[in-house]
Parts: sequence; C-alpha cells; structure tokens
Amino acid sequence: MCGIIGMLNKDGKRIDGSSIKKGLSLMNERGNGQGAGYAAYGIYPEFKDHYALHVFLDNMKEAKFNVEQEIERWGYIVYSEEIPTTDKGIFEDEKIPYRYFFKPDPRKLLGRDYNEKDAIVEMVMRINSQKNGALVFSSGKNMGIFKASGWPNDVAEFYKINQYKGYMWLGHNRYPTNTPGWWGGAHPFGLLDWGVVHNGEITSYGTNKRYVESFGYNCSMLTDTEVVTYLFDLLVRKHKLPLRLAGMALAPMFWKDIERMPEQKRQLHAALRLTYSSAAMNGPFAIVVANTCGFVALTDRIKLRPLVIGKKGKAVYVSSEEAAIRAMEPLLDSIYSPPAGDPIVHQLEVQTL
Amino acid sequence: MISNFIPSKYDVHVDPSRCRLCQRCVENCTYDVFRKEEDRIFTFSSNCVVCHRCISFCPADAISINRRIVNYREHPFWNEESREDIYNQANTGKIILGGMGNAKKYPILFDRLVLDACQITNPSIDPLREPMETRTYLGKKPKSLKVEEKDGDISLKTRLAPNLLLETPIMIAHMSYGAVSLNTQLSFAKAASRLGTYMGSGEGGLHSSLYEYKDNIIVQVASGRFGVTPSYLNKCAAIEIKAGQGAKPGIGGHLPGEKVNEDVSKTRMIPVGTDAISPAPHHDIYSIEDLAQLVRALKEATNWEKPVFVKIAAVHNAPAIAAGIARADADGVVVDGFRGGTGAAPKVLRDNVGIPIEAAIASIDKKLREQGIRNEISLIASGGIRNSADVTKAIALGADAVYIGTAALIAMGCRVCGKCYTGLCPWGIATQRDDLVHRLDPIIGAQQVYNLINAWTHELQELMGAAGINSIESLRGNRDRLRGYMLDENLLEVLDVKTIGA
Amino acid sequence: MKIKKYPNKQDSITIDAKNKTYRELNSEIRTAADQDICHITLQNVLGQRFIADGIKKEGIYLSVFGIAGGDLGVFMDGPIIYVNGNAEHAPGNTMSGGKIIIDGDAGDCVGHSMRGGMIFVKGNAGYRVGIHMKQFKDNYPTIVIGGSAQSFLGEYMAGGIIVILNIDKPSSIGDYIGTGMHGGTIYIAGDVPDYKLGVATVKEEFIDEDRVLVEKLVDEYNAYFNKKVDFDAITFTKIKPISLRPFSNMYTTE
Repeated sequence: MCGIIGMLNKDGKRIDGSSIKKGLSLMNERGNGQGAGYAAYGIYPEFKDHYALHVFLDNMKEAKFNVEQEIERWGYIVYSEEIPTTDKGIFEDEKIPYRYFFKPDPRKLLGRDYNEKDAIVEMVMRINSQKNGALVFSSGKNMGIFKASGWPNDVAEFYKINQYKGYMWLGHNRYPTNTPGWWGGAHPFGLLDWGVVHNGEITSYGTNKRYVESFGYNCSMLTDTEVVTYLFDLLVRKHKLPLRLAGMALAPMFWKDIERMPEQKRQLHAALRLTYSSAAMNGPFAIVVANTCGFVALTDRIKLRPLVIGKKGKAVYVSSEEAAIRAMEPLLDSIYSPPAGDPIVHQLEVQTL
Repeated sequence: MISNFIPSKYDVHVDPSRCRLCQRCVENCTYDVFRKEEDRIFTFSSNCVVCHRCISFCPADAISINRRIVNYREHPFWNEESREDIYNQANTGKIILGGMGNAKKYPILFDRLVLDACQITNPSIDPLREPMETRTYLGKKPKSLKVEEKDGDISLKTRLAPNLLLETPIMIAHMSYGAVSLNTQLSFAKAASRLGTYMGSGEGGLHSSLYEYKDNIIVQVASGRFGVTPSYLNKCAAIEIKAGQGAKPGIGGHLPGEKVNEDVSKTRMIPVGTDAISPAPHHDIYSIEDLAQLVRALKEATNWEKPVFVKIAAVHNAPAIAAGIARADADGVVVDGFRGGTGAAPKVLRDNVGIPIEAAIASIDKKLREQGIRNEISLIASGGIRNSADVTKAIALGADAVYIGTAALIAMGCRVCGKCYTGLCPWGIATQRDDLVHRLDPIIGAQQVYNLINAWTHELQELMGAAGINSIESLRGNRDRLRGYMLDENLLEVLDVKTIGA
Repeated sequence: MKIKKYPNKQDSITIDAKNKTYRELNSEIRTAADQDICHITLQNVLGQRFIADGIKKEGIYLSVFGIAGGDLGVFMDGPIIYVNGNAEHAPGNTMSGGKIIIDGDAGDCVGHSMRGGMIFVKGNAGYRVGIHMKQFKDNYPTIVIGGSAQSFLGEYMAGGIIVILNIDKPSSIGDYIGTGMHGGTIYIAGDVPDYKLGVATVKEEFIDEDRVLVEKLVDEYNAYFNKKVDFDAITFTKIKPISLRPFSNMYTTE
C-alpha cells in the first residue's frame, strides 16, 4: 500500500522536519514498519555547491575505504562525517549512514565528454553495482535523503530530522510488496537532486527497466522507484522535456482522448506516446518526483492509487490521504484529488537559495 | 515387386449403411480419392491428403479417415520417415519438396513459457469495462523529442517518420497471388480493413481488385520483383523488402508455370505459363550497404512517405542483421521463424535451417536495445504464431507486432495438409483453378479471418488485463511477466526470462 | 448539527478521537451502541478508518467531525452517519443499510459494492462512485452526489440509483460512465456527451417515474445540506444498461 507525502514552500521558506514526520506518521496504516524515509531540499546551504553523497556503509573499514577510493577518482571530498543519528538505540544499526560533500574535478575526467551530472550518475552507478559494502542513496546538491527500516517516527528521530530545515520535504511510509524491507530499499529513492516517493507496483517494470538500461542506467535495486527516478532523469535532464510533459510520457493520454484533441496538441501527444512508449508506466501508482525546483505528482491513468493536493498560502501539500495533509496544516485554502494520470507540477517561485 | 514401395498413409472408408450416394465426396475431392460405381462409392486411399473436404461435405457422416498403420521394424533412429525419404530419393534422385512449415518435432518454446497475472499486490484490470489499448504503431520513432515551451504552451519540434497505425498488433502475412488464390487475398484485404490492420501482398504483384484496400496493404518487393512498378509501390500503406523466409532460409522461390494463368500473368507481369523465379538473393543486395541503397531507392520512389520493412528468415546471426537493417534506414524488421509456412520448400531446408521465432525475437530486441537503436526500428515477428497466447508471448519477448499466415489460412478452412504446391487446394486457397477458387467466398473468408483476429485481440486484452497492463506498449519486451518452464539455463538467458518459481 | 431529524433523546455521548486509533475509536462506538446510546458524536477525527465498521443496528446516529478515513461505514447495516468534513476512499463500502451523509467531498470508490442504504455527498466524489453496487429484493442502494464525479462512475453497476447533481461544474463529469453496468440507473444533471458513456450503456428518456424518484432525492439532499437545488430547473440525462448480460456474446465453448 505505502503512504506518500510531500510539501513545498513556494516562497522558499525553510521549515524543519517535524511537520512532515507528523503527516507521514498519520499514515502508519499504509506502512508496516519495514521502511520509512524523508527527502529534504535546501538543508545544506553551507555546502550548496557540493554534491552531498549520503552513503550506507557496511563497516568503517573496507567499505569506507572502497567508496572513498572510488569517489576520489572523480573529484575531491571537501568534508565528510557520519550522518548524526540518535544514540537512543532505536535501531540495531543495519548500516552506517555516512555523508560526503564532494566536488567533481574536470581534470580527473579527462578523455570523457565531460558533463558533471553524467559523471555523478556514472560514479553512483559504479559504486552501487560494485557491491563492496557501500550504497549511495542520495547524491544531489543542497538536499539529502534519510531513510531506514522502521516506522516514520523512529526514522525521523534516528536521523534527527527536526534539526534540518528545508523548503521542500518528501516522506514515505513503506509496506514492502516484493522484497523484505531493508535500508537501501526504503524510499525516497534519489539520484542527483531527484527524490522520488512512490506508492504502487509497476506492472510495466520489465519494459521500463530495459528501456532505461539501454541508456546506460543500471537497475541494481530492482525496485519500481529506482526505475521511475531514472526515467525522470532521462526524460527531463537528458532529453530536456518539461517536467509536466515527462509526467505525461509516463502516464500517457489514452488514444481515445488524443484523437479528440485539436491537431497540434494531438500531434504532440501522439509523438510523446510513440517516442516514449517504453517509458510509459502501467499498473497502480501514485508518485511524487522532486528536484531542486519543485515537484511533480502523478497517478496512473485509471486511478488505482489515491493522491490529494492541498494548498495553504504559498505552501503546497501532496499526500496519499487528506488526513495526513490536515495533520500538517489543518486549515487549508483548498484540497482536491487531481484527475488520473494528470501530472501536477508545483515549483519554487524564487531562485534557488 | 517394387523394392522401394511406400505404403499409403491413410485409409478412407465410406460406410455403405450411411452413404446416400449423393456423390458430394466425388465432386469435392480434388485428389481423385472417390469414384462411384454402381451403388457404392469406391475409395483410392493412397491419393488422400487428409484435407477433410469430403468429410466436411458429406451430409451423412459416412466418411471416416484413419491413419493406416503399416508397421516397420521398430528402430529409434531409422524411423519410418527416414526410411521413406530414402526410398523416395532412391526412386527419383530428386530433392524432396514439402508444403507448410517445419515438420520436425523440435520443442515448442512458446509452450515452455508461461504468463503472469496479478494477485493482490496490484489489481488486474477488466478489459471489458476499462480501457485496454492494443493500438500499435510500426515505424521509426525518434530517440527523444524536442519541444518548445512558450507561455505554458508546449509545441512539438521533432518531425516524426511515417508510421503504420494498427488497432491490433496482429497482421496477415504475405502470401502472393499465384501461391494463393485471388479470393484468399480478397478475404484478407477485407478482414484487414475492417480490423484496422494490414495484409501482405506477397511478392506476386497486386491484382487490380485489391486496389480499393490499398490503405491496408503492405506490398512486397522480393528478388523476383514481380509486378513492381511505380504504381504498385504507391498502392500500399508500406513496402516490405523480402530478403528471406523462415520456411526456406537462404533460397529463392519458384512458382511453377502451370499456376501462371492469364490473371496471374497480368499481375506478376510475366507471360502465361512461364515459371516465376525469385532468385535466392536480391542481386542488387550483396551487402548491408546495398540494402540501404534499395531502402532509400524505394523511399525516393514514394517520396519518403511510406515505411519500408525488411523481412529476413530467423537465422543464427539474426540480431546483428537486424541491427544492420535498423541502420539502413528501414522502418521495420520482419523476422520469420523456422516454423513459418510456405507453399513449397525443400524439406531439408524447411526442417533443418533457421531458429525458432521466440529466440529470434528475444535476441533481436536485446541487441537493438544494447545498441540504443530500438526506437529506430519496429520488430515484427512471424512464423509459428498459433493463438493469442503466442501473440502475447511474442510481444512480451519484444516484438511490436506479429504476422499470422498459416493461422489465417486455417481460419478459412485450410487443414494444413501441406499439399499447396499441387495447386489442387480443395478449399480454394492455394490454387488458381477457377472452379476451386470459387469454393472460397471472400465475404465468408473475410468474416472468418476477422472473427479469428477479433477473438485473439479480445484474448490478448484478457491476458493484458490479468497482468495489470492496459496498454500494449507496457507488455512489449516485458519479459519479467514471462517465466520459462523446463527451459535450460542457456535458453533462459537468451530469452532473458526467469524460470518458473523464481 | 444541521440535521433536525434526530430524535430528542438524552442518550448521547461525545468521543474525542484525537490521537486514537480506529480500533480504540470503534471499540468505544460499539460499546455506546450496545448501551443503546443513540447519538454518538466523534470529535477531532483525522483519518481514522473503518468508522462504524459492521455495526448492525437501527436508530444510531453518528456525527463525525473532521476527516473520516477510508471505509467509513464499511459493512454497516442501519446507522446514520453524518460527516461534518470530507471522507476519504470508499465510504459505504459493501454497506447493507443505513445512511452516510457527507457534508464535504468524498474520495474514490464511494459506495463500493453497496447493497442497500443511501449515501449523500454535498460536494464532489472521486473515481468509481457506486462501483458494483447492486440491488436485491427490497435492498435498493442509492447515492446522491451534489458536485461531480470522476471517471468510471457506476462501473459494473448491478442495481440501485446514482444521482449526480453537478452543482458547481456542470461539464466536469468523468469518462467511462456506467461502463459494464448491467442493472440500476444513473441520473446526471445536464448533458452528457456520448463519448463519455461506458461500454454497454444507453441514454434513455427521463420519464415521470424518474421525476418522482429523483425529485424526492433532490429534496432530501437539499434538506441535509441546507441547499436550494431547483429540481425543476435541471434536465437530467438518464443512463441505463443495454442488457442484464452485456457480455454474454463474448464467449464460445471448447
């Protein structure tokens, strides 16, 4: 089932993680304590020009050594530390969450058609496929993902998310379907500044996976959410589609509706379906995909998963359940369920901080 | 005594207590099995090809046909077939010809693949009540789209290549006029246009009575170039270059002169009574670069308005060849598996050359993806599609669409007797004899083919719905929804499917 | 409370739902019901599911303040629930009798497989309203939505009545209306373009019998929500199934 939640302050105002935790915890019926997590944007202003790599380490010896050796092949670590966690013994530590603030070095990437973000993607793919005791689960600038196996409240407390201030937050309460919960399998899933939370099971996974793999992505996690992340990275970052259009490619209009459109629009939507047929996602889903600028929220085309959007002033909320939004903000200006398959985009109205 | 006598295979028996002596069997049999003498029907069983025409028309259910068992000394290796082929060739010194597809007992891979269905974790979808899209486009698609955003309006900047729109991913395969009757082709054309799909013209030109269906016809350009004129190239929805055929990879074709009557002659544009020879290769294609030349020449002739497909037999190197075809400006590659049908093929090729379509689809799709050119070309599978499950599995393995040939013929009465090359088809299909051709009413034939593809499309939708998929593009190449049953590890890897239970 | 029809009984109780789980909440509701307390008020409801789940009793009035969680009144038979706020997915799921009155909007699958009783929603409802609701003998489920409904309204519908009043946005009704229905009637205020009709449905003339039926429901809606919907000013589109067995022609046997 899974519960998803998100909030964005379009004016860039940063708030701490206590509110999102409250909303997410309200949906505990949608999870089973086997995975929860948060993505927070705008939390590392002091390192805003560096990629913040959040890494799960199996140990502080070989795993740490291996991952640092790999990272240093691509650039410089300017600061690193264990991600502060509570010592209340909430979890038996399955992994050691560690973070690196990192800057790629063009000189180290000589001989490549240099593109900084592609390099980061390649580096993350390499580390995560090498299975050497380290998993990079967050790799954007001025944002970070915090996740573990547990209930939302415990995960929030473990990572002390009350101490981070972000202008946008995502949260996920997991009810794992196909795999037992583990730290890496929790959501949000991230790559670069993408943060993705997802409720559902994508029946088109095999098609989507092979599609993104033909563009060099490596689906090492075998989860739907990973594939969604790569699809957005491909369509938006690489193919430069507007966020809303990328959402439409993933949940395309029915041919019946395309045929009724005015000619120019019809051509656009037909072309989108033809070109991105293997990117189209089937099966039940509600997803929220965020990047530094904002988020897009989207359900499958026949509404097999719930999604509601609420607004209050400059704040936008999105969740599986209205009550979760009300837990964060009881007095909303408006609340509604968008039509199935209609990507709802909300973006910052100010320049990135 | 004839040392190399081959015993007849069937016993045809007319039950005198039931027979009304109406002689429909005598009239209907084209192989002279029945003769009326006095007050009974005599049978000449050795002529029987088991076409069931007599049985279908006997009003008294008086006819029975049984396999005639003539025991040979049992031997697991020197079986009946191997011995009889030797007697035959010792008698004649000739190449053995056979009709229809590969008749050897290879394992059927389709039957070792099972499909998936949703249970609880995601809902299956009811195809009768909710949208279930089978629409398919064949042709080149761009790798990415370029759009321009202005004041919230998004406009398209990429120009798309021409594509064929199919309402169902099932097309009717190429069977030439000459090999099959005009009424067969007319049946196909009518069915294709009602279904929103396409039929192949085959390589024998296009008879004028098919012109009205041109928007649902894919015309073929084979090595014989019969009937290929500028107007032929423009009386179609797409063009297909036939480089090979699954039933007889690596060899050409031969329509015997006796089938070339007045009408066939006009359509093929060759004199009446001449053999129509299709050379083994196209003698303007000796390499993949040459193929690109022919593709481009055809596109020039049609103002780049029509997709051009290239058909090859499924041979060992099919993936690399398909990738080459994708780079040669072609819009689709048709791959024809070793079970593909034919009017006549040397038995030795039919039964021993080529690979099954299942493996060909999987390996071609994979190769195209690996090279990042899957969008460059559509993959159309043919040769050995027996039912909607095969269609569904072919698409899940990576095909965009399928052609059905034999199944479409069976829909019109064909009994797979495999004697197409005699020209005596009693069902009016593989014949040019006027009286026989008239046995097939194109209106009824069209209805039956329409029914078949319509029923398969519904079944495809049921299978998709059960798998929680409501548009065909999410089934395509979705091998995660297949499992291999009793397939060895190598084959599982080639097909890129997991074993059952995994 | 806008409902004036409650009996003037002293037996009432107020339960504060704040921070309570649905099990705690339902347990308190059941206890109250067992004690014949007729009017139960729930304050500070925030997404608790299964409120009044399976309660089979006439004469119980339940007032919910806040956001009723999913499956409100699931399997219930008899009680009347009034929600002062919105309800999430599937209020009235498989309910046999009673009433659910929602003074707000409702989520997807309102009245899923409902067998009897009535649901009134003041505002809009989500996808698949009345999916597979069915009638049997005297049980005749009824749903009235004041606003609009999203797609697959009355999917698989096998009986009962759905009325969509389309008060605010007359043309926003969803697609695939009544798809695969094989019983019951859907009434929608205003025109419905043919392309929005689902498989196996047909528009029929709105006749006197319909008028009587729908007018009564509109009056009831007006009473509950203090609205003034003018029945006479509305032209209804009436949608019926083409057959009781719409897909019987799809099959042949082995």
